[in-house]
Amino acid sequence: MRHIVMRRFGNTFAQGVMYAFTVLALIPLGLVLWFTASNGLPAVSHLEFFLNSQRPTGIPGGGVANAIAGTAIIVGIASLAAIPVGVLSGIYLAEYGAGRWASWVRLASDVLVGAPSIALGLFAYALVVVPQHHFSGISASVALAILMLPVVVRTTEGAVGLIPNGLRESGLALGLPRWRVSLQLILPAAAPGVITGALLAVARAAGETAPVLFTAFGNQFLTLDPNRFMSTLPLVVFRDALTPYKDLQQEAWGAALVLVVMVLVINLGSRWVLRRQIRLARQL
Amino acid sequence: MAAAVDSAAVAPVEIPRPPDRYRTFTAFVSWAAPASLILIVAVLIQQAWPSVTRFGAGFLIGTEWNQVTNSFGALPFIFGTVVTSAIALAIALPVGVAVAVLLAEPGAQGVRGALGTGIELLAAIPSVVYGIWALYVLAPWTLLHIETPVTDRLGFIPFLGGVPRQTSLFTASLVLAVMILPTLSAVSRDVIRSVPRGLRESTVAIGATWWETTWHVILPAARAGIFGATVLALGRALAETVAVAMVIGNRPEIPHSVFSPGYTLAAVIANEFAEATGDIYQGALVEIGLVLILVTLTVNVLALLLVQSARARALV
Repeated sequence: MRHIVMRRFGNTFAQGVMYAFTVLALIPLGLVLWFTASNGLPAVSHLEFFLNSQRPTGIPGGGVANAIAGTAIIVGIASLAAIPVGVLSGIYLAEYGAGRWASWVRLASDVLVGAPSIALGLFAYALVVVPQHHFSGISASVALAILMLPVVVRTTEGAVGLIPNGLRESGLALGLPRWRVSLQLILPAAAPGVITGALLAVARAAGETAPVLFTAFGNQFLTLDPNRFMSTLPLVVFRDALTPYKDLQQEAWGAALVLVVMVLVINLGSRWVLRRQIRLARQL
Repeated sequence: MAAAVDSAAVAPVEIPRPPDRYRTFTAFVSWAAPASLILIVAVLIQQAWPSVTRFGAGFLIGTEWNQVTNSFGALPFIFGTVVTSAIALAIALPVGVAVAVLLAEPGAQGVRGALGTGIELLAAIPSVVYGIWALYVLAPWTLLHIETPVTDRLGFIPFLGGVPRQTSLFTASLVLAVMILPTLSAVSRDVIRSVPRGLRESTVAIGATWWETTWHVILPAARAGIFGATVLALGRALAETVAVAMVIGNRPEIPHSVFSPGYTLAAVIANEFAEATGDIYQGALVEIGLVLILVTLTVNVLALLLVQSARARALV
């Protein structure tokens, strides 16, 4: 056995290395936030950025209103499909989820979370764009709905599973049918967790580029018709960042900043709500 | 009299139970996730068929990518994907495990809670934001401070020579490392936490230091789960698209150096699919997507099984 001084030194040294690695891991976060803020602020500080649509390079006053509207509509339609289906699947897993079928659903959801998002784009292209013969916002919604589904399923299962059995049993003891217990007692009690899960899925979908590249395709003009080409914020970042024009690059940074702020607000907010939910569930 | 009461109690009481339609309905809805998974693979196979029948198995080892002669092979993309993911894992693994060890420590949360939040935010940032940051900030810095000095001094080593470029396999690997770190550390942290407390306590009780406990007891006990976390992170790295497409240089050939431009499976689909014309060209790109999804699905299933069995064993 080595001398105690050496062992103490080794211990301190190893702890130092561990902390150094952790700081190293957080440096990129700080750098990404700093550069997005400092490069994006000049763009978003004009009100036109949120009111006008994109303009070609050299013409001042361009904005990303078309992309904001496109993101909202595409993600909105995807949510209308993914959230009810995901919530009901999650309830099934939490309430009846002991059997073999439920474990297949869980495995499929977990695997679907890791499926390459670009493959979802290819799928939506084959399913919607090819029969329609043109790109459309709705085809992007199909891809994003599949992307959101597993996130909603697993967070709903977690949130419903947190609700103590006593609530369930008291409802059943009063003679309520299972569906009323589940939808009118359990779901409202689990609502904060379910809603934050849905919001996290929305945030993830709104930030995705790969599935919308050849489904929504992008559009310089403002449109509210999901049956036509549409732009989204990530598409603006991706396309504009790769142009050689300074004003378009500026626009890309601005759009990136909008995305980052949205994601940060939803994530930090949901952490706060979830922590509260867990505390409340313990008190029940 | 007594016997009559007994037999009444023993006889099973038949309570008429209405069919649980709610259960049937939610079970039906829960088909959505498995069904879409199967449908995706089926549709991609169907779309890729023109390319599959034309190129056969040679598609996976072909190195030509020519839209004019309709001659397509996926090897440069497979090479780029494998190399960038491997380098990213090599960088992220030690850092991710260190973070996981610190986050899994029992006791007061304070600073570590903030660290955990930071790591989770790292996972939440959209990949296109990493892309624009890598393109304008990371890539120039890497060229100046890593790629140029390394090629100048160690250029004689294979894969480290050549003319360094901003957009390269190495830059893409660095971005990937940052992006897979949260997966790696979050899953590893959960696995390390599920190592029984008694193991830690008994080691400390015989006089081991914190580091000796961690290195000789905790990490070996969590080894299988950490391996699972690594495989899960590998799946994320293989599937990552736009951030890589923005900094890898998009050149469809097998480079001689990690500091040269390359291409990945996901990136070539992102860049070329919208403009691809003709059944063969589109089919080739979909076949690349098919290869990608089949590999990532396999990797993910493997990782999930590893993590699950590691946790189950730890709880016994």
